[in-house]
Amino acid sequence: MNKMDKALRELAEMDELAAQDSPIHRLSPTAKLLATIAYIITVVSFRKYDLTGLVPLVLWPVLLFQLSGIPVSTCFYKLRIVLPLVMAVGLFNPLFDRAPLLQLGGVAVSGGLVSMLTLMLKGVFCLMASFLLMATTPIDCLCASLRKLRVPKLLVTLLLLTYRYVGVMTRELAVMTDAYHLRAPGQKGIQFSAWGSFLGQLLLRSMDRAQELYSSMLLRGYHEHFHYAPDKPFREKDAAYLLLCLGCFALLRYVHIAQLLGGLFVR
Amino acid sequence: MIEFQHVNFSYEKDRPVIRDLSFRIADGEAVGLIGANGAGKSTIMKLLLGLLQGEGKILVDDVEVTKANLAQIRRKLGFVLQNSDNQMFMPTVYEDMIFAPLNYGLSREETERRVDAVLERLGISELKQRHNHKISGGEKRMAAIATILAMEPDAVLMDEPSSALDPCNRRLVINTIRDMKQTRLIASHDLDMILDTCTRVLLVNGGRLVADAPAEELLRDRALLEANRLELPFCLAGRG
Repeated sequence: MNKMDKALRELAEMDELAAQDSPIHRLSPTAKLLATIAYIITVVSFRKYDLTGLVPLVLWPVLLFQLSGIPVSTCFYKLRIVLPLVMAVGLFNPLFDRAPLLQLGGVAVSGGLVSMLTLMLKGVFCLMASFLLMATTPIDCLCASLRKLRVPKLLVTLLLLTYRYVGVMTRELAVMTDAYHLRAPGQKGIQFSAWGSFLGQLLLRSMDRAQELYSSMLLRGYHEHFHYAPDKPFREKDAAYLLLCLGCFALLRYVHIAQLLGGLFVR
Repeated sequence: MIEFQHVNFSYEKDRPVIRDLSFRIADGEAVGLIGANGAGKSTIMKLLLGLLQGEGKILVDDVEVTKANLAQIRRKLGFVLQNSDNQMFMPTVYEDMIFAPLNYGLSREETERRVDAVLERLGISELKQRHNHKISGGEKRMAAIATILAMEPDAVLMDEPSSALDPCNRRLVINTIRDMKQTRLIASHDLDMILDTCTRVLLVNGGRLVADAPAEELLRDRALLEANRLELPFCLAGRG
């Protein structure tokens, strides 16, 4: 199985994860979507040196992992390509911000280092929250919720079709790389000189396939309107979940849990 | 009823792909469309479905295929693509099957009833909740046919329905086509399948209609088939 096939399989696995059954999967997609947005806003709102304030926010994704039955390792495995990029965002902070911010066991810790760690955590938390939303909610239900929240139809359709068409493009790439390697034994990767024609062909083939898919949609009555999966009704327990999440996020944002806990042990 | 009246089409100027094509298919008829590669079979299908626009008249139930009528025409015609992967773009078989009925304004309940009925009729109920990327080629082809039958079209068009199938799945598809009550137009190189499923055959070459005759008669005509870069069906080859 080549890398592209693996990528395809992983993409399809997201649909399978979303189709599982758990208390979190059973919640209304709208409640999950709003809770995720609130969580991300809360995470992002922390100041750059507020590392200790941010740390307790890990509790929410941890709890969701437990309740949804989705292994944390699956999350980190699927995010393995994006995570290093997110982690790299604040990599230069220690170089620019060298002023000591605190002393840790006699060692001066610079503001840059703290802000770098804060940025990294923020990125990881946001990615984890987005992953959990995608892994517990089928894309169609998510799109239905977005429409319910008055997100423009064009934007939602674009999101849904992009999600579907990524698979089409990856499939074409898988076929092409297989064909290439079968005629270039021992070669690692694709030779630089072949990149131009390779990408050109990929684009043309993807366009052809996308055209076929679109024709297939048109022939089955598609007319700029997608019938998403029926949105699950927003029940009392969904409202309770959302309110509980919002309450917890507000608490974690404005009450410094880490400081309170630390105060119990340090005078 | 499907009717082509003096239809012409070309992708490029001065290189006609379809030339003065005329034929008529009655309701409930099963017609095979045969011809060598590049003969124009797929183009004929696309013209009928309004995916391409040519000159001349194409009528479906006396309604002309024009841009203004496309929605009405396409509701009557179900098209099974050669590559089922291009047809099955939703995550599960079920979601693909409800796509067309919901687009045509059916309620979720009615759609559900149709889906279950079609799956049961084709004997593939176990595929309902399966993920498209996890089913075999044969299952995918049957599922693709099911998505079309869930539309309850008046006519079913198929492009190479038996290609890339093992003998068992091929037989399953053939039996499914034979059991259909709708008008059928089947484009294929599999002449044995055409003989099994169609009562009449249209032979095209270079975009022209070369012959239009009962399947049993046309598919036994070795000289005619060979003149059009085809061969006798295997089941008839021994008997000439």
